[in-house]
Amino acid sequence: MTAETRAKIEALFPSYPAKRGALLPAIYLVQEEQGYISPEQARELAELFELQPVEVWEVLTFYNMFYTEPQGRHHVYFCTNLPCSLRGARSMLKAVEARLGVHAGETTADGRITLGHEECLGSCGTAPVMRVDGEYHENLELADVLRVLDGLR
Amino acid sequence: MIVEPYTKSYLSEHYGDDGFYTLAGYEARGGFAGLKKALALEPAAVIEQVKSSGLRGRGGAGFGTGLKWSFMPKGDERPKVLVCNADESEPGSFKDRLIMERGPFQIIEGLLIAAWATGAVKSFVYIRGEYALPIRRMREAVKQAYAKGYLGRDAFKKKGFVHDIVVHSGAGAYICGEETGLLESLEGKKGQPRKKPPFPAQHGAFGLPTTVNNVETFAHAPYIMDRGVEWFRGFGTEKSPGTTLFGVSGHVAKPGLFELPLGTPLRQVIEMAGGVRDKRALKAVIPGGMSMPVLPASQTDVGMAEELLAARGTHLGTGGIMVMDETTCMVRVACVVSYFFRDESCGQCTQCREGTGWINKICERIEAGRGTPNDMRLLDSIPGMMEGQTICAFADAAAWPIQGLLKHFRGDFEAHLDQKKCPYPASFEL
Repeated sequence: MTAETRAKIEALFPSYPAKRGALLPAIYLVQEEQGYISPEQARELAELFELQPVEVWEVLTFYNMFYTEPQGRHHVYFCTNLPCSLRGARSMLKAVEARLGVHAGETTADGRITLGHEECLGSCGTAPVMRVDGEYHENLELADVLRVLDGLR
Repeated sequence: MIVEPYTKSYLSEHYGDDGFYTLAGYEARGGFAGLKKALALEPAAVIEQVKSSGLRGRGGAGFGTGLKWSFMPKGDERPKVLVCNADESEPGSFKDRLIMERGPFQIIEGLLIAAWATGAVKSFVYIRGEYALPIRRMREAVKQAYAKGYLGRDAFKKKGFVHDIVVHSGAGAYICGEETGLLESLEGKKGQPRKKPPFPAQHGAFGLPTTVNNVETFAHAPYIMDRGVEWFRGFGTEKSPGTTLFGVSGHVAKPGLFELPLGTPLRQVIEMAGGVRDKRALKAVIPGGMSMPVLPASQTDVGMAEELLAARGTHLGTGGIMVMDETTCMVRVACVVSYFFRDESCGQCTQCREGTGWINKICERIEAGRGTPNDMRLLDSIPGMMEGQTICAFADAAAWPIQGLLKHFRGDFEAHLDQKKCPYPASFEL
């Protein structure tokens, strides 16, 4: 991790009664550097937090929003839980899989998009929803989805 | 996001108004009046007022809020902590998101009232990681509150009253909505729920005395303090006073959030959401988020309060109402529900880890037309082996919907067995 990331992490410590409380925010900060956490970065985090590497690794692999493998330049996730499925989310995801030539959970060969499905995103009143690079796109029609995807470089 | 305010609503009264999520705008619309009144009272009197208001937690379990606050130990030297559970992940629930986006100062005011009542010096607002906009709104609101001296030392200009708020982002795990799973996660660990006792009031976040409440629960507190117990009890039922934000999703014409008194007839809430889409017939409703048993159309003449729904074998939960029309295959519903619980089980209890996987595999087999009578026997027995057998209520939440589907829609399962295929070609796609 860079010295800048390290300084940002150390600035979080006083917010928590124990340093380890800052681990999830710290992982987010390190992940911003290259889009995932490498084993080397996990070791650096362990050292900074005075933990065993496995204690960092088990946290990394417990949560869906942390990545331990290189990711596409853009993340596209569809909610496939019941309220979205009732409004056609899975049909939409299938169309997107066909368009991109990958299945949910995979990255396009050009490294442009990592496609995935997620559990309920709390957008049931505006279903179906997709999350593109962290931002919600709601009340989706397939044409909107394809337009957004085509705009991702 | 849409909100259709009930004419006499209070929580969502100003949600259509962008000014309401700034500190100046919140105060201009009467914000912090409840906190002012609370600070003029002894902490014990604040707890008493919340107790007599009958406010029940809005996160799913419906526990008495004032009673929970009274569990915080007195005469304990350790600093006390509040946690605002904003890990809203219950499928069908999207109300807390709206409160954070449109009324973040309602939450801050509620936290300060609870802090005064319980002696807590710090709050953690644990927001699910996917909620990017709510996280930004809460962080900005906390920043504005600090800038005006409403947080930190001598909070809200009250000498000796100290309160800090930290906004903390989760990272994508449904189980972190379970209060002790949340506490583990807040401590930088896997979000695996703890054995209880000790309860959070004795040993909570970082081993400190802790009270955990849902976002909406905190948001009601300012109104109870400002307008009083009698006014609050003017909404809802005797056992479940106040309003809540019902989320209506699925096969309705106008899905959205509707702030209505607890006890409002379910059918009326569905009508407010435009009724079943395309004039189709209603088949089923899950009334309180995914964890709650389904109701068949014939049993939807019920009021939306815990005591009324419990009499029908289901629960209010988070008030997330999922509506399914006549085209819906209930085995597909079982597949979606069981996949979710299989995916989200934290894995520490065998009954849950194994049971959720088995249920999901069996449901998918039945949907594919490969089910056997023995699969039905397994589906009948597995949920009962999970329920009540585990560290937290997740296994119950995974068992109840399946039990409800089997109780009310057994015919759908048996038709798959008989026809060796799904008899609902027009159902939503899996």
